[in-house]
Amino acid sequence: MNRLVIVLTMLIFSASSASAAPAAPKKPRDLYFGEALYYAFQGDWFDAIARLDTELVQHYGLDEPERDTLHYYINQAEFDVGDFELFYRMHQRAGRAIKSVIEGNVEESVRNEAVFRLARIYFQKDQPQNAQQAVDRIKGAVPEKIRADLAFLRANIALASGGNAEAARILKDLQGEKSLEGFSSYNLGIALLRNGSEQDGRAYLDRTGRIESNSPAALAIRDKANLVLGEKLLAENKFEAAKETLDRVRLSGPFSNRALLSSGWADASREQFKSALAPWTLLSERAVTDEAVQEAMLAVPYAYGRLGVYSKAALLYGRALEAFSAEIDKLGASITSIREGKFLKALAREELKQDPEWVVKLRELPETPETFYLLDLMASHDFQESLKNYLDLEELRKKLEVWSRDLAAFEDIIQKRRAYYQPLLPAIDREFRRLDSQMRLRLEQRDHIEQRLHAMLVAPRPDYLATAEERILGGQITLLERKLTAGGKGVSGEVEARIKRLRGALLWNIYTEYDRRFTEAHRHLRDLNREIDLLKKQYTAFVRARQAATQSYEGYDDVIRRLRTQITTARGKVGELMSRQGHMLEVMAVNELTRRRDRLEEFQIKARFAMADSYDRATKAQNKKRLEQ
Amino acid sequence: MCNIIRGFILSITVLMLSFPVHAEDVSKEQMKGLDEQVQEIKGDVLGISAELNRLEEKLLYPSTTQVAVFVSLAKGETFRLDSVEIQLDGAPVAHHLYSFKELEALQKGGMQRIYTGNVRSGEHVLQIFVAGKAGGGADVQKSERFKINKDVGPKIVEISLAAQSITLNDR
Repeated sequence: MNRLVIVLTMLIFSASSASAAPAAPKKPRDLYFGEALYYAFQGDWFDAIARLDTELVQHYGLDEPERDTLHYYINQAEFDVGDFELFYRMHQRAGRAIKSVIEGNVEESVRNEAVFRLARIYFQKDQPQNAQQAVDRIKGAVPEKIRADLAFLRANIALASGGNAEAARILKDLQGEKSLEGFSSYNLGIALLRNGSEQDGRAYLDRTGRIESNSPAALAIRDKANLVLGEKLLAENKFEAAKETLDRVRLSGPFSNRALLSSGWADASREQFKSALAPWTLLSERAVTDEAVQEAMLAVPYAYGRLGVYSKAALLYGRALEAFSAEIDKLGASITSIREGKFLKALAREELKQDPEWVVKLRELPETPETFYLLDLMASHDFQESLKNYLDLEELRKKLEVWSRDLAAFEDIIQKRRAYYQPLLPAIDREFRRLDSQMRLRLEQRDHIEQRLHAMLVAPRPDYLATAEERILGGQITLLERKLTAGGKGVSGEVEARIKRLRGALLWNIYTEYDRRFTEAHRHLRDLNREIDLLKKQYTAFVRARQAATQSYEGYDDVIRRLRTQITTARGKVGELMSRQGHMLEVMAVNELTRRRDRLEEFQIKARFAMADSYDRATKAQNKKRLEQ
Repeated sequence: MCNIIRGFILSITVLMLSFPVHAEDVSKEQMKGLDEQVQEIKGDVLGISAELNRLEEKLLYPSTTQVAVFVSLAKGETFRLDSVEIQLDGAPVAHHLYSFKELEALQKGGMQRIYTGNVRSGEHVLQIFVAGKAGGGADVQKSERFKINKDVGPKIVEISLAAQSITLNDR
């Protein structure tokens, strides 16, 4: 019973966390976070973690992380990466991630949610004491969305630690919680039974067994409650009530085989063998690999025997013997097949992973007889965990193999780029240096012009804006004056007046057109600035392209060398772990199949004796009948 | 009574077979130890993956030329997305057919990076073709052209899809 409760609470926790974990932000504004969620929603945890980890590292590496779009979702992202790690069964890392949130500078409600998640990890890892210590740290505001789950977790921790009264007290308050429908009443029933409140406990199990719902999880827990209560009543010789309860279990659910078997026993215990035959016959026609079906194959002829139909009983014992014999052979072949390594090969078949019902499909594979019994084996938590680890390792092996090839391709790309760029770059660099010096000169000239124009705003200098023709004319006039006055010669008044007129006419133009020219000079400067901007852009683009050319083949050698070493080491480790995990799975499978084979061999002996006994009785009955005639 | 009857089958066993002792058993400690090592190697491989991603981005999609296109579904959108094709400057660069799982992931708010590539700086034409089925079962075929401007940094665009419209969010 204890194990049942734990399995069940694990079930609901995995279900509730599955629905709560990768919660999408209302408006995912960070595309890379959205991409991580895209993978998480598909159950591709490795890629989800890899992408979100990268995004978080980049976010924290920024000078101003508050300007990054992830800033708005940072708490959600931190929680999600922890959840993804949990789903990827990396409990240690998930715990660390959540602890970092708890220790960070966060609001009370965020810290409380993080503590809740940490407690849930401890509980899932079967560490109720650590889980209790964690939930004890929750103080103050608790987010509404986790309030019910937190209370349910507290109750389950109490149940796992023997605090049944405390668990019952908490669970009573959760009875109206729709999201926990069925689970809260079932666990309350169990808590009350363990606490000695038999009547109340049964009442809650009975109530769970009558819930109306369309949810597969709620229907499963309803069946479970009916089975547990029915078997309890059966053990207490309350056959009628047991029968009524067991018959409420659906005929197609995961608990139907055991319910049918026990329902038959509830009838048989009241000597109602005819009634017992109905569930048992139905059950005996189901898949023979199921333990309950195998037991029913003996129970049906037993009932016929008790009804005095010895010949039919003998015949059915014979059929059971045949079936058991075939199954024993199959189990023997399965054990051999597992030892030959076929089981692990079947588990890793790629096409199976595309199908959500892959475990069922696995049973239908030819040449892997061991997989017929896999469903039963899969019910074991340890086996499931080992199997998932093995499949995860297989995925890692494939990834590492691909990455190893990728590195070779990267090196090839780098080599081709080097071969292309290296001969070209020296000539390009020479030409660039020439153009660069020209450009610098022109830029200096522009700066000089700008400074002059700026100065002319406060101290006008019309002469600076004289045209080239005016400068030449001015020069010629000055030269003429010098020539005429050379050697102390005098200049006639008429000539002097003409020269002054010429200079005056020249200066007139320069001074009267100064404002227009000044405005025009500014317009030209603006035009020049536009050209300079374009030039600078082209310059920057060239510098970037030049850098990119070098960066496209330089600076990768160390990274690639390091990655190759890491990949080689990881491949070695994965190979070793796969072999150990695979061996563990094989041992578990062989042990399970051996147990099943031993059980069947035991049944075979029983059937053989029972068949002989039935034949004896049939013969005696025939003789008696003959004597009576 | 029940137990007595159930015991009948057992009681007729004359020869009680003792279960053979299995040559090997798997202890909880062994499982726990191995599980911890599996967790460690997962962490190591995730580390390699992150570094490889950075190397790949730097080597294959440097920021000066990088363009990335993300696809999302508009909030509350229920139309069944079948396929998306992306053309860049008239050349098809990405085409994706959606599985049920992928569609569900988009509906829940996930974003798919459908294309990462390289383009020169300047203006480019991005054309999106969408095919799917509307709620009533009618075919949805839409196409939209957008102009995007590639600058110095990586160009990242989000294409938000709805039965009625295709929207581009330029980042």
